[in-house]
Amino acid sequence: MCTGWYTSDMAPVATTFFFYFLSGLAILSGVLVITRKNPVHSALALILTLLSVAGLYLMLYAPFVAGVQIILYVGGIMVLFLFVIMLVNIERSEREKQFNQQWLPGILAACGLGLLFVLIYVKGKALFSQPVITMPETENTQRVGMMLYSNYMFPFEIASLLLLVAIIGAVVMAKKRI
Amino acid sequence: MLSLPIFLVASVVKIVLVIFILLTAVAYTVWLERKVVGHMQNRWGPSRVGPFGLLQPLADGVKFLLKEDLTPPHVYRPLFIAAPMIAVICALTSISVIPFGTAIPVAGHIIPLQITDLNIGLLVILGVTSIGVYGVALAGWSSNSKYSLLGGLRASAQMVSYEICLGLSLVGVLIVSGSFSLQQIVESQRGYFWGFIPKWNIFYGCQFVAFFIYLMAAYAETNRIPFDLPEAETELVAGYHTEYSAMKFAMFFMAEYANMITVACLATILFLGGGNGPLFGPPLLRLILPTFYFVAKVFVFLFTYIWVRGTLPRFRYDQLMAFGWKFLFPLAIANLVVTALVVAYRS
Repeated sequence: MCTGWYTSDMAPVATTFFFYFLSGLAILSGVLVITRKNPVHSALALILTLLSVAGLYLMLYAPFVAGVQIILYVGGIMVLFLFVIMLVNIERSEREKQFNQQWLPGILAACGLGLLFVLIYVKGKALFSQPVITMPETENTQRVGMMLYSNYMFPFEIASLLLLVAIIGAVVMAKKRI
Repeated sequence: MLSLPIFLVASVVKIVLVIFILLTAVAYTVWLERKVVGHMQNRWGPSRVGPFGLLQPLADGVKFLLKEDLTPPHVYRPLFIAAPMIAVICALTSISVIPFGTAIPVAGHIIPLQITDLNIGLLVILGVTSIGVYGVALAGWSSNSKYSLLGGLRASAQMVSYEICLGLSLVGVLIVSGSFSLQQIVESQRGYFWGFIPKWNIFYGCQFVAFFIYLMAAYAETNRIPFDLPEAETELVAGYHTEYSAMKFAMFFMAEYANMITVACLATILFLGGGNGPLFGPPLLRLILPTFYFVAKVFVFLFTYIWVRGTLPRFRYDQLMAFGWKFLFPLAIANLVVTALVVAYRS
């Protein structure tokens, strides 16, 4: 992630350790999100998950995606989540049943997803070729911007239109009288 | 290029130095604030401990350490203890990408006066400050008291709202300089317009509007008057830190002032040309001058902070939200469009 002065000739240090550390943290906190009874604790675990995923993005040489992940999800969306959850009556929410009893659909969905993961693990080499870093890391962010406003202009605009529709929909639903 | 051991030694020395200087600066900003606000209100301010009360921060620190650290029985302990730590950690982390001046040669190596130069430096600062909200919000929630909770809620709503204006006001500067790296943003402001006006971003096109938006959003982000609703004494006792005492309270205090200094550094780098200024004299002076200019600009910004505090009353909560969303936000977007037009026209 550094430019110029120091790290261009230095190899990455302890990559394997950081990979397993961050993915372990992501999985552990992901499990905590669904097993905690207190919604505030769940939200905090989700924040930890998002942060460790941001760390994984950094390890994949995608500093811009990592930064945006933290600013948008951790700094924006989760703050709003927490804002709402903090007003929830904790005593009542802790007496709620935590899991609904739909075991059969749950098991089927888990099996399907597991099969998908196994398939990707077995055949993944052919489906996704080994990524090669084609651009210097320092230009990474600039290149993302270039691509977004040249080659991928149309999908980018479509996405922003979708967001606009979502905003208007939210306002219409939230306001009784417009 | 430096080898790994030298890199590590240089980094550790720089980190220790920067943290030491930052904390000292925090202590003396508090002193300055008490002194200046005191004089504005026809009082003396701190005057007993040391000449001009200069040792007052030391006495305050000792007092914070020696006072009893109360933890009320009704709080949720893990988060109650973690919240001030989150606030302080985020406040101290964001200083790490700030360039304080030019690179200086030390024992044959060129050492830049900056802990690390990231090519997404600005994003790092925005990200870390946005995590800093959790310190305040969680303190409010875990205290389990209505004043704290209201303070925490206000803080999270206010920070999320003003973060948008803050981000948009910075985009104009990014368009002009074309980089996220703070070092390169400073580099791009070297030189003069028409030979005498310094080529700072604040003088470029209509960037003074962006500077105004940044100033307002920064005051709101650091919970300072006129936007200090999260800790409004007249309504909420002390807001989110009502239940905190001794060192835990001091940590919130430190975080607030460290954030002020980071915001001032960022304003200096983005709008006021960082360490740029006229260089003259012998080589040693030329090395020190950029840091001097940088510190002087930061001081002016901090003084403005205190000045505003001594002058303006507090906003009402609905005024705060209306000002952010109905005035600053459209203004920031208009500024962005105009800046983009100016840059496109000139290129």
